[in-house]
Amino acid sequence: MTSSLETARHPETLRRVCIEPLTRVEGHGKVTLLLDEANHIQQARLHIVEFRGFEKFIQGRPYWELPVLVQRLCGICPVSHHLAAAKACDQLIGVDRLTPTAEKVRRLMHLGQTFQSHALHFFHLSSPDLLFGFDDAVAHRNIVGVIQDYPEIAKRGVLMRKYGQEVIRVTSGKRVHGTGALPGGVNKALSPEERDYLASDVDQMVDWAEQSVQLIKRIFLTNKEYHYRFGAVDANTLGLIGTDGAFELYHGGLRAKDARGNTLLDHQDYRDYEQVIREEIKPWSYMKFPFLTQLGPEQGWYRVGPLARVNNCDRFDTPLAEQERQDFAAAGEGRPLQAALATHWARLIELLYCAEAIRELLPDPDLLGTELRLRGEMRAKGIGVVEAPRGTLFHHYEIDGDGLVTRANLIVSTTNNNQAMNTAIRQVASHYLDGRELTEPLLNQIEVAIRAYDPCLSCATHALGRMPLELDLRDASGALVDRICRHPDGTLEGLSEGTEGVAG
Amino acid sequence: MAEKIRVATASLCGCFGCHMSLLDIDERILELVELVEFDRTPITDIKTLGDCDLGLIEGGVANAENVEVLRDFRRHCKLLVAFGACAVNGGIPAMRNQFSLKQCLEESYVGGVGVHNPGIPNDPEIPLLLNQVHPIHEVVKVDYFLPGCPPSADAIWTFLTELLAGKPIAFPYTQIHYD
Repeated sequence: MTSSLETARHPETLRRVCIEPLTRVEGHGKVTLLLDEANHIQQARLHIVEFRGFEKFIQGRPYWELPVLVQRLCGICPVSHHLAAAKACDQLIGVDRLTPTAEKVRRLMHLGQTFQSHALHFFHLSSPDLLFGFDDAVAHRNIVGVIQDYPEIAKRGVLMRKYGQEVIRVTSGKRVHGTGALPGGVNKALSPEERDYLASDVDQMVDWAEQSVQLIKRIFLTNKEYHYRFGAVDANTLGLIGTDGAFELYHGGLRAKDARGNTLLDHQDYRDYEQVIREEIKPWSYMKFPFLTQLGPEQGWYRVGPLARVNNCDRFDTPLAEQERQDFAAAGEGRPLQAALATHWARLIELLYCAEAIRELLPDPDLLGTELRLRGEMRAKGIGVVEAPRGTLFHHYEIDGDGLVTRANLIVSTTNNNQAMNTAIRQVASHYLDGRELTEPLLNQIEVAIRAYDPCLSCATHALGRMPLELDLRDASGALVDRICRHPDGTLEGLSEGTEGVAG
Repeated sequence: MAEKIRVATASLCGCFGCHMSLLDIDERILELVELVEFDRTPITDIKTLGDCDLGLIEGGVANAENVEVLRDFRRHCKLLVAFGACAVNGGIPAMRNQFSLKQCLEESYVGGVGVHNPGIPNDPEIPLLLNQVHPIHEVVKVDYFLPGCPPSADAIWTFLTELLAGKPIAFPYTQIHYD
């Protein structure tokens, strides 16, 4: 049972192996393994050390800043944060339904986001493991190696990501941290020139995305037995779903299924998420551990993201993606695929869907419309949810009578996958590493399992060794800038507890 | 052919947007890899920094590990660049400086919505947070500052190509205006 590896009985007697920083993931994290004398693994943990305090420091800010402020959580999927915040702000200003132009421009922006993020993840970050093998030389196992050995695949990856980024630029003004969505709508529609510009390359994108699905399918099914087992963990799944059960990224109700595919929740209004989900805190990670309230913390953890979404939906509304979904579902032989590496396959089916959906959306005259924004009666609470590239993303804000934020809660996609990733590395640790002398290629297998989830751990990096319990920060002249100390009971004591700024 | 310039990059307390903007040079990356080779960066599996010509630092300094990584970069890189708004002035994460660290942590882990088993994480494996978020020049000497949230891909390209060509670096206005 892999969950027993969460906490060792006598950690003080064990040898610690640390993988840090995790690489070719977007953001930062580290894995610690504790081993006994015979190299048996007694504990395996993925630690997330990110803490930035957004939920506190946005308090007192006006609500209309949220879409541009909170997207700074993440430079890889800023559009997802931008839109989740905008959807919450729609609620705050009393708008339940946008104009067709606003909704379609936002949907186009979100499709561009998912397309670029999936291309980035597969080609720039994960393809070296899949094309070269987990044990390829460290110096070669990266995108530069792919550029040298498979220049055509690398170039297509670069150009697909570029296309998605251009969709974002056209709809929001900038490729990273743009300003397209406003509470109640958007600030611009498309011009005919912009639409034609995006339409000129879209057939090529559909074609390349289709070939990318064939590539991953070939890789996955060659050595099928191994790929089915590697990092596979039975998990519940959660995600948004369209009203008719179709695959959906921008808006819908929540659907959850158990590991066998039985429905736990369906078309649940996400504004009731507080009843559906709770978050457990564990002292060894800044990332919380969400679970479905109905099943409790031990049994209720779940997976989000491409694997969850493709398993969860009844169908895709675009023909090529739907055909690929049927192949994918058949590979599970009657139950949802749970293999870590099947996530790459699901992700590229979504890549194909995004290309097809952009192609279908671009001729829509509403994209060129002039009715951009609506306004209603102000409300005190707004909750916005989207399917970000990595999974379900929740934004929840409360405001006072002046429109200033009084409370916020953010559950990001990667947090939703916290327990699933931890369980996956314990599976890999106990099946492939246990009792062996740990070498770099073996340790990379841990990272391969994490990479499949495409975690976005944005923030805080790490250095080797245990962290000091007391820290002085001095400037180049040796003057003390900041000091903090952590007592054995976990309480913190610092030089500047108050609100004074730092000189300089 | 001249020896390639060795480049390392890191993201401290940032959002990775500056790294994304670096990748937004698009197909020019095929030219770039002819001129430079990458040491430790988030896109390679090199975990230990070697001697480099150029280091790009995204993000401000928010915890003990940020300090260590930043100092390691200063020791190993001939030129160090504050890469984007957070490295230059702390950026959005520095908005937490108006609150105490305790207030920020309690908001998330004690009084937050839907919290089960409340308590502030305190395991020795997670790095000690600083009371405030600092720009990187408060901790080490910085050779260049490249502003923007994020700096645009064209600004990054101008910076890299002019630096590699040994020219003084000058930007057209369109590349350095902010939003």
